[in-house]
Amino acid sequence: MTPVLQTRNLSKRFGGFFASKDVSLSIEPGARHALIGPNGAGKTTLINLLTGFLEPSAGEVFLKGEDVTRLAQHQRVKRGLVRTFQINRLFAEMTVLESVTLSVCERLGLGWSWWRPVGDHTAAIDEAAELLATLRLLDVAHEQTRSLAYGRQRMIEIALALAARPQVLLLDEPAAGVPTDESRELFETIAQLPRDVTIVLIEHDMDLVFRFAERISVLVGGALLTEDVPEVIAKDRRVREVYLGEALDG
Amino acid sequence: MTPAKLDLSPLRRAAAWRPAEYAFWLLPVAAFFLFPKSLALLSQIAITALFCLSLDLILGYAGIVSLGHAAFFGLGAYAAGLMAKYGWGDPLLGLAGAAVMAAAAGFLTSFLVLRGTDLTRLMVTLGVSMMLYEAANKLTDFTGGVDGLQGVDIQPVLGMFSFDLYGKTAYWYSVAILFVMFWLARRLVHSPFGLSLRGIRQNVGRMPAIGAPVNARLVAAYTIGAAYAGIAGALLTQTTQFVSLDVMAFSRSAELLLILVLGGTGSLYGALIGTMVFMAAHHFLSDINPQYWQFWLGAALVLIVLFARDGIMGLLRKLSTRARTSS
Ligand SMILES: Nc1ncnc2c1ncn2[C@@H]1O[C@H](COP(=O)(O)OP(=O)(O)O)[C@@H](O)[C@H]1O
Ligand SMILES: [Mg+2]
Repeated sequence: MTPVLQTRNLSKRFGGFFASKDVSLSIEPGARHALIGPNGAGKTTLINLLTGFLEPSAGEVFLKGEDVTRLAQHQRVKRGLVRTFQINRLFAEMTVLESVTLSVCERLGLGWSWWRPVGDHTAAIDEAAELLATLRLLDVAHEQTRSLAYGRQRMIEIALALAARPQVLLLDEPAAGVPTDESRELFETIAQLPRDVTIVLIEHDMDLVFRFAERISVLVGGALLTEDVPEVIAKDRRVREVYLGEALDG
Repeated sequence: MTPAKLDLSPLRRAAAWRPAEYAFWLLPVAAFFLFPKSLALLSQIAITALFCLSLDLILGYAGIVSLGHAAFFGLGAYAAGLMAKYGWGDPLLGLAGAAVMAAAAGFLTSFLVLRGTDLTRLMVTLGVSMMLYEAANKLTDFTGGVDGLQGVDIQPVLGMFSFDLYGKTAYWYSVAILFVMFWLARRLVHSPFGLSLRGIRQNVGRMPAIGAPVNARLVAAYTIGAAYAGIAGALLTQTTQFVSLDVMAFSRSAELLLILVLGGTGSLYGALIGTMVFMAAHHFLSDINPQYWQFWLGAALVLIVLFARDGIMGLLRKLSTRARTSS
């Protein structure tokens, strides 16, 4: 089976410092893949490289076998590669429904349509409303995004990505800073996503990672330390040293 | 399969005309009868309102700050003036020519303002307008330089309404063009394209991640804004039958930015109301004492930027919600 997402010797250098070092990664279609590693390991940088947010210093990115290394972010989104951000990037002054509708409109290729009002594009609005229903955000549909509690905003971060109908969804610490009970709900939502969406997840909570992931890649100092199924990763001495040990201490 | 629980009408009807808007557009009609001796000033207000609308499209919606928007106003003014001087005096044709000219310039210079921060954009727009100003100044054979462009001969509007001494035709013509252009802009900002511009202004970093080509959208918005400014400039030429060099002056760009901030960005009406308030205040106060006027203008600007970020429109909005909640 061709991997849905693959990198070959991907590197990113900031001055003399390698934030990503020679990363060769391969993600199967439908995977539930976690990316772990201590703070500053280069997890976010890797997502930035995959999505075109940053240009790599070396190496390539392949999406469904196609070399997308030189494609702009929005072109990769059009091909099904969508991300969320570790730090919210939302449309603060739009209502929740408006902002999700915006994302749906872009996916439907309506972004250039300037004659009919958004309100007349009923298919887009209905789809946005359905998505909000799935994510249990209907009650705040007409609230301004900025007025919502942080946990709800985190959910909108995901909603905007889902509205783009990803084939590969990259989630950068989706529950960072969210209270425990809310983060459980958030992960239930993620776990319920259909299998035709491949998911790559960055997450610090090891319980959540081991419950969710079927494969785990460990990044340290920008480089891939190891990759395996959760049971093996949990027993890996090096991983325990660099990561789990630290997590247990802290 | 829409969830029955959610009432979608707030978004579905977001673009519907409100009673206050109908009332607003009766103002130009009322003004005609109330101030029949001030039609020249009223035409100026309509033209400046259209100019301000063009800045709102690029600043209030796309989030591009400009200190050189008069460049496009001036290009439109000269385009219409030259067309009329050399026998193409039909007003609507002149507007079209001005729009094309300004749009072309907007399109070409848009690539300079795409990159960089607000400060770079301010400097680039300022620089471009300074260059155009000097070009117009030097090309005296063409533009008349500091003496202005003479011999602008404008034909009757639609071949029927000639420009009269009282400025009646000029007024109705300006108001009609303002209304049509406003109506188009209103459609645009409520469309998915307009929503994407708001998205760019509110979080430019998110837009590519939902699949939007940000640069292309900004180029389009800037080009449209330039075309609008060009049409406003052409209106000034046609209603005054003259083009002076100061159509491109820096002070015109700066004043425009001030008017928009005063009125409030990103609502279209803020641009219109800001222009009305500014020009009326200018008219009445500067008669009394020119320096005094500048003083109060400066004070108002500082207060608005510090305490009422959304300008007059923001205050009106607050008042109307308060009135609604208390009743
Ligand atoms: N734009 C940048 N310029 C310089 N250094 C950066 C930049 N982005 C990230 N880094 C550095 O790269 C390293 C990896 O960062 P990041 O990918 O955010 O780590 P993680 O997400 O694993 O916590 C960090 O040391 C960070 O300081
Ligand atoms: Mg990170």
